[in-house]
Amino acid sequence: MTGRADRCENRRSVIAALRILGVVACAVLIAGCGRQSTLDTHSQPAREIADLWWWMLAAAALVLAGVLALLFVGWRQRDRPGLTMLGGLAEHTTALVVAFGVCVPLLALVAVFVVANFSVAGVTEAPAQGSTSMTIDITGRQWFWEVRYPGSRAITANEIHIPVRTRVNAVLRSGDVIHSFWVPSLNRKADMIPGHPNRILLYADEPGVYRGQCAEFCGTQHANMATTVIAESPARFAAWVAREAEPRSAPQTPLQQAGERVFLGSSCASCHTIAGTAARGTIGPDLTHVGSRRTLAALTIPNTAAQMRNWIAHPQRVKPGNRMPAIRLSDREVDALAGYLEGLR
Amino acid sequence: MATAVATPEARARVDRLERIWTERPGLVGWLTTTDHKRIGLMYLFAASAFFLAGGIEALLVRTQLAAPEQGVLSPQAYNQVFTMHGITMVFLFVIPISTGAFGNYLLPLMIGARDMAFPRLNALSFWIFVASGVFIYAGLAVGQAPDAGWFDYVPLASKQFSPGMGIDFYALGLIFVTISTTAGAVNFIVTIFKLRAPGMSLNRMPLFCYAFLAVSGAIVFALPALTVALVLLELDRQLGFHFYDIAQGGDPLLWQHLFWIFGHPEVYIIILPAFGIATSIIPTFTRRRMVAFPLVALAEILVAFIGFGVWVHHMFAVGLPTIVTIYFAAASLIIVIPSAIQLFAWMTTIVTGTPRFSTPLLWIVGFIVFFIIGGLTGIMFAAIPFDQQLTDSYFVVAHFHFVIFGAAVFPLLGGLYYWFPKVTGRMYDERWGKASFWVTFAGTLLTFFPMHVLGLLGMPRRDYTYHAGLGWGALNLMETIGSYVLTAGLLIVVATLVAGLRRGRPAGDDPWGGDTLEWATSSPPPAYNFAVIPKVSSAYAMWDRKDREEDARKLDRGELVLDRGHETPASTVLDAELDEILAMPSSSWAPLLLALALAGVFAMLLLGHVVTAGAFGGLAALVLFAWHTHEPQVAR
Repeated sequence: MTGRADRCENRRSVIAALRILGVVACAVLIAGCGRQSTLDTHSQPAREIADLWWWMLAAAALVLAGVLALLFVGWRQRDRPGLTMLGGLAEHTTALVVAFGVCVPLLALVAVFVVANFSVAGVTEAPAQGSTSMTIDITGRQWFWEVRYPGSRAITANEIHIPVRTRVNAVLRSGDVIHSFWVPSLNRKADMIPGHPNRILLYADEPGVYRGQCAEFCGTQHANMATTVIAESPARFAAWVAREAEPRSAPQTPLQQAGERVFLGSSCASCHTIAGTAARGTIGPDLTHVGSRRTLAALTIPNTAAQMRNWIAHPQRVKPGNRMPAIRLSDREVDALAGYLEGLR
Repeated sequence: MATAVATPEARARVDRLERIWTERPGLVGWLTTTDHKRIGLMYLFAASAFFLAGGIEALLVRTQLAAPEQGVLSPQAYNQVFTMHGITMVFLFVIPISTGAFGNYLLPLMIGARDMAFPRLNALSFWIFVASGVFIYAGLAVGQAPDAGWFDYVPLASKQFSPGMGIDFYALGLIFVTISTTAGAVNFIVTIFKLRAPGMSLNRMPLFCYAFLAVSGAIVFALPALTVALVLLELDRQLGFHFYDIAQGGDPLLWQHLFWIFGHPEVYIIILPAFGIATSIIPTFTRRRMVAFPLVALAEILVAFIGFGVWVHHMFAVGLPTIVTIYFAAASLIIVIPSAIQLFAWMTTIVTGTPRFSTPLLWIVGFIVFFIIGGLTGIMFAAIPFDQQLTDSYFVVAHFHFVIFGAAVFPLLGGLYYWFPKVTGRMYDERWGKASFWVTFAGTLLTFFPMHVLGLLGMPRRDYTYHAGLGWGALNLMETIGSYVLTAGLLIVVATLVAGLRRGRPAGDDPWGGDTLEWATSSPPPAYNFAVIPKVSSAYAMWDRKDREEDARKLDRGELVLDRGHETPASTVLDAELDEILAMPSSSWAPLLLALALAGVFAMLLLGHVVTAGAFGGLAALVLFAWHTHEPQVAR
């Protein structure tokens, strides 16, 4: 028993050492490792994949070193007959090729196959029915993510709130072309394909903001289709969902009231929904609580008053080719609209 | 002349061959040629022109990504450029240059034949390749380049989400180019099976030819899947069918399966010619026969075969049932074995031989290093969870560029140096040759290696920009600098070869002490390749001195010279016993005209003029008729 525990301990320390090495290497290469990294892991599935990577990297480095050593021997022997004791007999060289070209790789391949596709895959595959405590629906659209919380009226976009240390069953769908949902710190990616809903486990060890991005090319603004998973305490999460399920807070100031009139009187309302108003559009993201989000246009810009005005006035400059047309508005109307939307918290 | 002309009789025979085989002079000669060497050279230059275009596209991509949030290209332009880069490099550069240029020029020489089995079909392959390349680039010229990636996933590529003509240029252009590639492959298979010099039984065939046999087989079976996928796509787009439309009972995954059933064998189609070139260069520069010859030959065939059973590893993130993904993961690991066999055989040959690290062998060493790196990351992608984490990230971009650029293109460059003396009759400057290798090698590492790290740091592929705060800037800048170094290396290659062509010292017939038959003839080879069909009694025919002396005596005796007509011998498939003498067709306008007529058909289909397309089809049929009325008479 102790022997096994020791081996386990050894294995862990090797992984830890490799991980430190990797983090140092990253730190040398770039200023800040993390944010959207497969190596900055915050859940068991992501951690298992990263460990698998470090092990495979170690094995691969060994093979590469062997090959380079062999080539070096060849280079040292240049213009002279090489290792004649090996080369003399065809049987010997053929046996070498069979040993190192068939037998040794076969062992390594079987190891990779078993560890990766049975052990690790058991953790990363779609969560078993009933093993999760809640479900969320995420739909990829050109070029944002629509997020719904079944059992609640809450609908949001791009910012996915989950309770921390809770197994969440994320159902992934597409509203148009193929997208791929990928938050590398939490889990592997899964494609969003029309007519083929996928499921993936979302789980975060600690509260935090985990960035993700669309990983399947989906057209002009594929690069600006990012998302965040915000993991927070169950109490804060419950409060957030409750607030999100409410209709919009009625505009308070005259400016905001003017903004709502602009919104409902222009083409905004034909694409966006704001619960509690007549706006029922389904092409763009639901804006009922847009003011509470951290970013706009799927993490393209931060959600500040200035950026909101810029986004409304010049959507094609901020995110060229996106589906939101620039509509003719006066500066005052833009100000009113931005003030209104910022107030939707 | 390679073959010593000892007697007046021999002189007279060679003169007769010269008269019979010489084609028309000047431009007309090139336009109507059926000589595999001229067609090979034309392939080389045309594919190089497309490589230049694809390279410029790559540099544009790298320049755009050199720093975060740059505006060198608009998102729309960026998407067109990276799509065209992929299409160009795969369809218009690697395959045409490896099979079209290297295969065409060298294969008949290596098996001691006077031409390909179907010389006019060969010319047709070339002209269709050029026409389809121009067709696809016409889209870019009119601002309607495809922009949905070379994999062109539906529904993004459907009419609804890509209403322009870009995808139609892509689909019709690729259907067009597959005609060329398939015709070329059929030609290689028949040439390898039927035109080997008497005595070159299958076990004595050079490994280069095994590689091309494997490639050709893979092409014949892989490309139909692509053609079908593209035809269905055009039916959806132009005639309102619903093969890929989930709302009408179609399925977008159908495209992915069809595309990758073609797309993974395609990887081996790209890399097998490189294996063939490596197995040509290594024995010559190690002065030793290949280690484990039968195993390597078998491995070359097996790679092509198993390559058909692994396509789903491109689709591990799609959400297919575990039973399916597990099977394909296992197959993807199994295919490592034949590659490992070849790799270890190459290295053992180098270590146990007397290696001379001249320029061609250096490129092969670079190839081995890059193939190992690309191969090792390839194995990682058979670990399903790892694949699902890193697929569609820059890690996969690093992986396949090590395989496709490092492992497939490096041997092509090594091959350029290796056969340069044969093709031009002159030597290049060895010091510049080595310099070109080292600069290209360093540039390749610097361009593609950091992509592994970027992928691990979460950077997805096919993004026209990235936020500054993500910490990806430094690595991207490194890659961009690498891409310019790489370009400098390739420019040194071109300069070295051009200088060699102009000022290089004469090479002689066999400057390297090569092992295969192309070194038995003069440099450059005469139109008829060999004055005497060479005698073959091993896989290293050039190292059998007595056979080569026997060739000279045969010329004196007039044995197997075939100086009565435009002829080449055919032999039996397995044992290569002399079977019959084939009368070979001579130069013709028909292939060029047929390619033009077919280009008309595709252009009219693109524009939706079905009736005019039909008229061009009729024209094509007329050309085919004319072609067949000018077939040679059966000789004896």
